[in-house]
Amino acid sequence: MADIQITETLDCSGLLCPMPVVKTNKAMKKLNVGDVLEMIATDPGSIPDMEAWAKQTGHELLEAKEEGGKYRFLIKKTH
Amino acid sequence: MSEQDKRRRLAIIASKGSLDWAYPPFILATAAGAMDWEVAIFFTFYGLPLLKKKLDAAVSPLGNPAMPMKMPFGPLEKIDLPIPNLIMSTVPGFQQMTTALMKKTFKKKGVASIEELRDMAVEMDVRLIGCQMTMDVFGFKKEDFIDEAEIGGAATFLEFAADANVTLFI
Repeated sequence: MADIQITETLDCSGLLCPMPVVKTNKAMKKLNVGDVLEMIATDPGSIPDMEAWAKQTGHELLEAKEEGGKYRFLIKKTH
Repeated sequence: MSEQDKRRRLAIIASKGSLDWAYPPFILATAAGAMDWEVAIFFTFYGLPLLKKKLDAAVSPLGNPAMPMKMPFGPLEKIDLPIPNLIMSTVPGFQQMTTALMKKTFKKKGVASIEELRDMAVEMDVRLIGCQMTMDVFGFKKEDFIDEAEIGGAATFLEFAADANVTLFI
């Protein structure tokens, strides 16, 4: 987990459900397999929602954690 | 889930057209779309106007005693204002005010507008089916609706819903 190369960053700060997952999915479509998307959100519901989204889409959630009132996700495109 | 797996499917009946009730079908449809599900919404009865080119959904506190009323700004922001809804909702202009306040509050909190969610649904190829029978009864024409709307009946919806993983009546 040491050196994760972030391909792109998406800021969903200030957005509530369902926009973080909607925008994340849209951003993922533009990436290539193996790329990593960093997504930042402020919606506390984004943690369970992103976990559910990853399970449904099959993309790999490398990280989901709170950092100073913000939520940071790293998602690897798997297909 | 890989592309070749069968996609999950969500079928929704949207039967209510007030601003508050317009949210659940569009939120669920776009969330499902974001998970690459196949989605269809069948707009019937009072839900049908949600397909109109120009949306004008409103919300009324009448008969809605659980509706929290907080001012979205100013010194009253932190205070719950119980609305004596039976009396106030008969005051001319009160419904417009309630609608404007709800829109303002939602925007401030970061909730997308119904227009934005509907545009998103269109972009995700969510099937938006207008109920033909409701059109006939209330006098709507296909041209009243956004171009992406298709027209169908109960059988059209059921044919899609027959293979749905989740089916909701809202």
